[in-house]
Amino acid sequence: MGPIGLLLSRVLRSLFPKAHPGVMSSPEQFEVVIPSDTSAGQAVQERIVSRLEELEFSSRDVFGMRLALEEALVNAIKHGNRMDPDKTVRVEWAISSDFVRVVIEDQGPGFQPDDVPDPTMEENLERPCGRGIMLMRAFMSHVEYQGRGNILVLEKRRASA
Amino acid sequence: MSNPQRRLDLEEIGNVSIAKFVDKKILDETNIQIIGNQLFGLVDEDERKKIVLDFTNVEYLSSAALGKLITMDKKVKAAKGKLRLCCIRPEIYEVFEITRLNKIFDIRGTQEQALEGF
Repeated sequence: MGPIGLLLSRVLRSLFPKAHPGVMSSPEQFEVVIPSDTSAGQAVQERIVSRLEELEFSSRDVFGMRLALEEALVNAIKHGNRMDPDKTVRVEWAISSDFVRVVIEDQGPGFQPDDVPDPTMEENLERPCGRGIMLMRAFMSHVEYQGRGNILVLEKRRASA
Repeated sequence: MSNPQRRLDLEEIGNVSIAKFVDKKILDETNIQIIGNQLFGLVDEDERKKIVLDFTNVEYLSSAALGKLITMDKKVKAAKGKLRLCCIRPEIYEVFEITRLNKIFDIRGTQEQALEGF
């Protein structure tokens, strides 16, 4: 690269200090409606997670997001819609360079999250169910049920390095 | 799907059976169902008493998979056998810690440690 090229790249770098593919001015937004089928859930999960990998979120962030999406989508499809082929799940997500927000809405009757027994209590430790919500809460920055309990909001802030 | 290939690599060392998960991701209902059935078969059909589950390949595992492991642990205990888990990577171990399942499972670092005094 000649002196002019060098100068030009310096000027460009000072104008756009963080110009790499991971930086976006506004979040990318998507919405899909999937059937009550866990393989369709897997496909959405893969789509969101691979975008986080492209944006170089840490492996722990990616791990947590995949796990939370798995739990959330299985809950929506299995417990919410009860695998009913006439029902669908709406998944909406927004991804920016340091923040992810996913909203998952099923067409089931909803539930009271507080009614789910604490799986870490001694008497519940050996119960094979009830750990999904707890894992989502542990790995996400924020988890919230809305509506009648059929809308779940998952938020994940990029972990500081 | 009706003819699932083996999802566990089996190896016998002395009287201990080492079952190594083949999958990187123990996710998705159908998948977990198949893996669960193959695990339970080790106790219910093969009547193995000392089992080590090796997680070397496992990068992801969901709460449904934890459910199968809990049922497996109960089956082994009911058959007066012993179950140990080994080679769990840190992210997965965190899942066991969060759910406090590290209290009910006998978790060892390496396969050698899992075989020690078994």
